[in-house]
Amino acid sequence: MTDLDVTADVLVAGGGPAGAWAAIKAAEAGADVTLVDKGYLGTSGATAAAGTGVWYVDPDPAAREEAMTSREALGGYLADRSWMARVLDQTYANMNELAEVSRYPFPVGEDGHQIRRGLQGPEYMRRMRIRARRSGVRVLDHSPVTELLVDAEGAVAGAAGYRRQHGRSYRVRAGAVVLATGGCAFLSKALGCDVNTGDGALFAAETGAVMSGMEFSNAYAIAPEFTSVTKTAFYSYATFYHADGSVLEGAGSLRGRSLIARALLSERVFCRLDRAGEEIRQAMRLAQPNFFLPFDRQGIDPFAELFPVTLLAEGTVRGTGGIRLTGYDCATSVAGLYAAGDAATREPICGGFTGGGSHNAAWAMSSGTWAGQAAARHARTLGARAARRAVSGAGGAGLRPTGAERAGHREIVEAVQAEVLPYEKNYLRHGDRLAPALASLDETWKRARHGLRADGADVVRARSAAAMAANARWMYASALARTESRGMHKREDHPCSDPAQHHRLISGGLDEVWVAPETGRTLAAAS
Amino acid sequence: MIEIVVRDRCITCDKCIEACPTDVFERGDDGVPLIARQGDCQTCFMCEAYCPVDALYVAPAAHPLPEPPDVTELAERGLLGGYRAQIGWGHGRTPGARRAIGPVLPAASQVIIS
Repeated sequence: MTDLDVTADVLVAGGGPAGAWAAIKAAEAGADVTLVDKGYLGTSGATAAAGTGVWYVDPDPAAREEAMTSREALGGYLADRSWMARVLDQTYANMNELAEVSRYPFPVGEDGHQIRRGLQGPEYMRRMRIRARRSGVRVLDHSPVTELLVDAEGAVAGAAGYRRQHGRSYRVRAGAVVLATGGCAFLSKALGCDVNTGDGALFAAETGAVMSGMEFSNAYAIAPEFTSVTKTAFYSYATFYHADGSVLEGAGSLRGRSLIARALLSERVFCRLDRAGEEIRQAMRLAQPNFFLPFDRQGIDPFAELFPVTLLAEGTVRGTGGIRLTGYDCATSVAGLYAAGDAATREPICGGFTGGGSHNAAWAMSSGTWAGQAAARHARTLGARAARRAVSGAGGAGLRPTGAERAGHREIVEAVQAEVLPYEKNYLRHGDRLAPALASLDETWKRARHGLRADGADVVRARSAAAMAANARWMYASALARTESRGMHKREDHPCSDPAQHHRLISGGLDEVWVAPETGRTLAAAS
Repeated sequence: MIEIVVRDRCITCDKCIEACPTDVFERGDDGVPLIARQGDCQTCFMCEAYCPVDALYVAPAAHPLPEPPDVTELAERGLLGGYRAQIGWGHGRTPGARRAIGPVLPAASQVIIS
């Protein structure tokens, strides 16, 4: 089959909310835009399958102040007020666009005004797809990127990938690339997250970009045992129980989630949503119909009966670590490369606390908007030159093995999962467990770098496996370097926060992973 | 995971093949989608939402069932197309988004809604 070889001003990799906004805003800025997604623009990623609150706050100074203050302590004072203010402004504008341009059917409150604080994933992303197409964005579904293309100076100049449903490769040469490929949830089967294997972070690192906040990667969500449906917020109405029906004291969805993890190491944990009254039950059903699918289909009444629960790893999807940005335009340290959504670090608005839900949703639309606009500007400055550049593929592990011994993607995935999914390693962190886990991941990386290769559609799996190995190593190297507890990163061997470590940690490298404190940034003072 | 494509309901529109984010389906020789890569299913229920004739069933278990469930029983329990009905997709329905006013969560969990 003939390969597809096209040009664009802006290439957007990823069809979740961040990618969709980036593509639309780049197109509105006059760019010729191609969006490629691993799955399908409209259903791909953590948002489409779920419902989410949105950090939508009226432009009332007191309300905005409250919104910014409320999580600074939880985030370990690593967020940045100027970013928060900009995200609040942009999110407000984008949500209003959703109502006015996309005619999103927001619910109407008793005062007759639309309530714009939440979105249902399927409806939201279906409308984003329509808007992208109406904006003239060329969409290639089921076309995962496998590597970035760089020019002679090392600037990013497009991407190559594979069209899974056509069985052929493709190449898009572009003036600028926006990575909106999502975070990394390590194929844990957390709702909608299996397309999120941290591919963008690997691609970025292969061109020289760096990460930030990768220690904030130990998010775990509550789900009924053996299912995918994560909706931790609703478990604030839950009581947790031992198998014998006695209460698991102190366990809860917010503060006591680590207690659930600890219990799950040695026993099954049960739950009942017995703190929800009738009105709340109705509201839960209307807000999140998918939450009830596992219950309805298994014939369980979650308000009356005990059901077993588990915790599913959500890695950097609901952690905050990701590709480091150099400015409000969501540029990275590599020319021509931009990052948005969960692929980027969300520390600017979340610090070290989970970005899950409303903040990530706000971040996706805001960073997507800025990255798309900036990518369009960058492409415009290059003009016709962009398409004439000689380019080469930047991909390494999984594409261009350096050794002769073969490694398969399945064994790499399993080796990575064995280090990052277990609660006792990633959730309940201790240096004595993190260090050997990192050593094992280093070996896995070597195996992948030397021998991981695949043909046809399996190239995508090989690259995802390599990406998971790379993400896992930045995570644990950063987690080891932060010898304190801050934000979601809790070390059993360093339970307190250390004022001397009130800085972000940047990380990077592939064959040799490094971690360093970020310098030159003024962060909010801990009060 | 996706367990069933109901052959006598399917209108071979390819929507599930297109919409599945993890590319689980293949078009069969007669046009009816085959569950070609069940292990890749992430149990996100999106294919059900996109199926215009309620011909798909995703079991809530994130692993394959020993035996697919009985179609007649699923239909009787209102589970075929149940999710699509709940989100209000389909002719003449009110979008679920229009009615989605969530519960007031305890203050602490509002900020971690996930």
